[in-house]
Amino acid sequence: MSKHKNLHDLEDQIRQCVKCGACQAHCPVFAEHKREPAVARGKIALAHALLDQDLPLDERFVADMSKCLLCGSCFDKCPNLVPTDEIVAAARREIAERRGLSNFAKVVGQVVKRPGLMKIGLKGAGAVSRLLFRKVPQSSGLRLRFPAPWIAPDRVLPEIPTQTFRDRHPQFIPGGEGRPTVAFFTGCMLNYMYPQLGDALLKCLKFLDISVYIPPDQGCCGLPSITAGDGRTVEELAERNLAAFSQGEPHTIITACASCNIGMGRHFASLGERQAEIGGRVRDALVVLEREGLARKLARLPKKEQRIKVAYHDPCHLRTQGITKEPRALLRALPGVEFVEMEGADRCCGLGGTYSVYHWETSKKIGDRKAPGIEKSGAELVATACPGCMMQLQDIITRAGLPQKVVHVLELVARDLPE
Amino acid sequence: MLEPRIFKILQEIVGSENVTAEDADRLCYSYDATQQKFLPDAVVFPADAEQIALVLKMANAEKIPVFPRGAGSGFSGGSLPVTGGIVLVTTRLDRILRIDTENLVAEVQPGVVTEQFQQAVEKLGLFYPPDPASLKFSTLGGNVAECAGGPRCVKYGVTKDYILGLQVVTPQGDIIKTGGETMKGVVGYDLTKLMCGSEGTLGIITRITIKLLPLPEAKKTMLVIFDSIDGAAQGVSAIIGGKIIPTTLEFMDAATLECVRQATGLQLPAAAKAVLIIEVDGDKELIERQAQQILQIVAPLGVVETRVAQTAAESEEIWKVRRSVSASLRKVNPDKFNEDICVPRSRVPDMIREVEAIATRHAIPIVNFGHAGDGNIHVNVMIDRKVPGQLEKAEKAIEEVFAAALKLGGTMSGEHGVGNTKSPYLPMELDPAAVTYMKAIKRALDPNHILNPGKIFLD
Repeated sequence: MSKHKNLHDLEDQIRQCVKCGACQAHCPVFAEHKREPAVARGKIALAHALLDQDLPLDERFVADMSKCLLCGSCFDKCPNLVPTDEIVAAARREIAERRGLSNFAKVVGQVVKRPGLMKIGLKGAGAVSRLLFRKVPQSSGLRLRFPAPWIAPDRVLPEIPTQTFRDRHPQFIPGGEGRPTVAFFTGCMLNYMYPQLGDALLKCLKFLDISVYIPPDQGCCGLPSITAGDGRTVEELAERNLAAFSQGEPHTIITACASCNIGMGRHFASLGERQAEIGGRVRDALVVLEREGLARKLARLPKKEQRIKVAYHDPCHLRTQGITKEPRALLRALPGVEFVEMEGADRCCGLGGTYSVYHWETSKKIGDRKAPGIEKSGAELVATACPGCMMQLQDIITRAGLPQKVVHVLELVARDLPE
Repeated sequence: MLEPRIFKILQEIVGSENVTAEDADRLCYSYDATQQKFLPDAVVFPADAEQIALVLKMANAEKIPVFPRGAGSGFSGGSLPVTGGIVLVTTRLDRILRIDTENLVAEVQPGVVTEQFQQAVEKLGLFYPPDPASLKFSTLGGNVAECAGGPRCVKYGVTKDYILGLQVVTPQGDIIKTGGETMKGVVGYDLTKLMCGSEGTLGIITRITIKLLPLPEAKKTMLVIFDSIDGAAQGVSAIIGGKIIPTTLEFMDAATLECVRQATGLQLPAAAKAVLIIEVDGDKELIERQAQQILQIVAPLGVVETRVAQTAAESEEIWKVRRSVSASLRKVNPDKFNEDICVPRSRVPDMIREVEAIATRHAIPIVNFGHAGDGNIHVNVMIDRKVPGQLEKAEKAIEEVFAAALKLGGTMSGEHGVGNTKSPYLPMELDPAAVTYMKAIKRALDPNHILNPGKIFLD
């Protein structure tokens, strides 16, 4: 059975914070608020006070705990490795247990638990998208025509496809003999909103003769419900993924979404022994492609005359795991790409799951800090490795009135592969 | 508890969104890096010197203590509201007002984060050397108030060496200007220097005029492994005796190396008993020559291995070793008392021997690393508070460490300040007449004793 740690279980980690204040340098939310309750050190102190019953679990506590992107930047740079993201997630579960789930969390839970619902919802949305949304000029995105709860009216969302990625492809796609097999955890955004990213990944794997198994019964990684404090839904989803990925050989499990990578990796792995074994096999697709020699192979192709200038945005959920070199190595190797480094490449886009829903104004401010770097880089495309970041970045770019389009590194790699 | 009347006045001064007495906020401004906890009655976030002046005038009239605070990252309790009262946070004053590339001077507000200032001037080919370990998050106001140091100080000096002038709100609420923006200036007492390191007890800094240097063209980093602590210490003296002042001369003792080895898997030869990280900066040709000279100078002193960084990435690898120290110390024991004694650099080996004797005597681990080039050693007494008797042992050991540093002609704090953590030991270092002199200054400027009381002096 999947089981979460609660705040009491995390007491040792909470005590591990020595209040040095280093997190102030790395927290995107603190950079905007500049108030102590916004930063990891403050949140840990508040969680500690709740445990010691020095503070009540009141509206104020709920508000403070909501001010976290769960990006993991503080954990990554903490001299004492205090897992603030885990502590905040546990605090949010504690809130939900004592006060009930928020309406938004309930909706998220229903959607992520029922793939059928998501499919119908998206299919429906696809069909009525022309009615609900209007196309934003100069971007590949849509803006809501009418107010809808939880979606800010000025937020740009991607166009919605009519067929999901998993419906488009068989469960098993054989590669070359003696070549490795990987299992593909697609995640929701890729499956329902950006299926072309999955297509691109399959093309890359085919080029390397790698076989792909796409477990049909897989579900959501659970990260949306982790950020919403809905522990029960996370545990249910984990059961489903445990079953889906327990079958067959213990292959490497690849993701093409940074958030799914941390959801199916670190968070899933914290739920039990078998989960740890499966979570330990989760790798980002770009890391696997790079290790399988794709960058080397691409670098040998003749450079194209007309190359597109591309910058790269580091998704927090890869950067905080130290995955920064592989995506850049692939981009540099592409014959049709001229890679340029941009200022603030490692800055958070400000999405943070439920964070951007509850704190859209701050989320925008965090994201808008990326705009000058994108503009100055002179890039035509901004590539990244997370569908969530893609959505947020396109929104930032549109708001800043910039011409760039946002793509996944995989799309560029697939485009430059020889047929 | 603050009277509602007082709270209302504060709201009128800074605006109601910039003052709070909610329990959650009081808790979040009750601590600093010393991990002590003192709850304030209210926290204010003023926008400018004028608002700060009004807060201090009111505090004087009402005799309410005020505690200035930057990033709350101090290691001596300097910003803690030890008597309750008002914590005054300076982080809203966070603008770099100007960078004058002709006169190599900059003017900033106190809430600017040190590293952000350094990056801004470096873009213009200029250089602000002081580099406390907290530079990514600590503020320049806090750096001035504590007179922060850092590894580069061996060549470039400490914060006060770069401060030309200040705007200060006095404890009684006047706004004064000290110094100026000229390289020279001898009119009146040097109040700028008096404010540097005054730990927020004599005024609240609201504007800082900073001297800048041209950015050195290049730097070169070396890691030298010695078979004894004496070899490393002699290396420090020999390098400086050889008329080379490196940018940094950081050392780590055997206990530190063992922690790093366990925590990071760092590969070190078995004979490694001490390490020096040496960096030189300046013209490209000069630093190549200096690096060669340094390696020749240390060669006869029991050098086991040398690693010279050829690229920025290799230099980063070397610094990673140094930066991993703090976290890896936790492998020894969960609680750390980080004292920053400073001795004349020729006495570093004697100091290390004294510390080893103290550690043996009390049977608690003490790990040493730090800025050997200027004799500033971070002595880390590692204990587990949960084990009965350890805290008392640590306190005794710390007192003996201070005594040893003073015996060797040193000081009990090179860069952290006294705050409330070292105030009990102050009489060990300062003679009574000097303390009286200092207290007379404090009393004259802050007769109601409202600005950061309970710091530096015990009463």
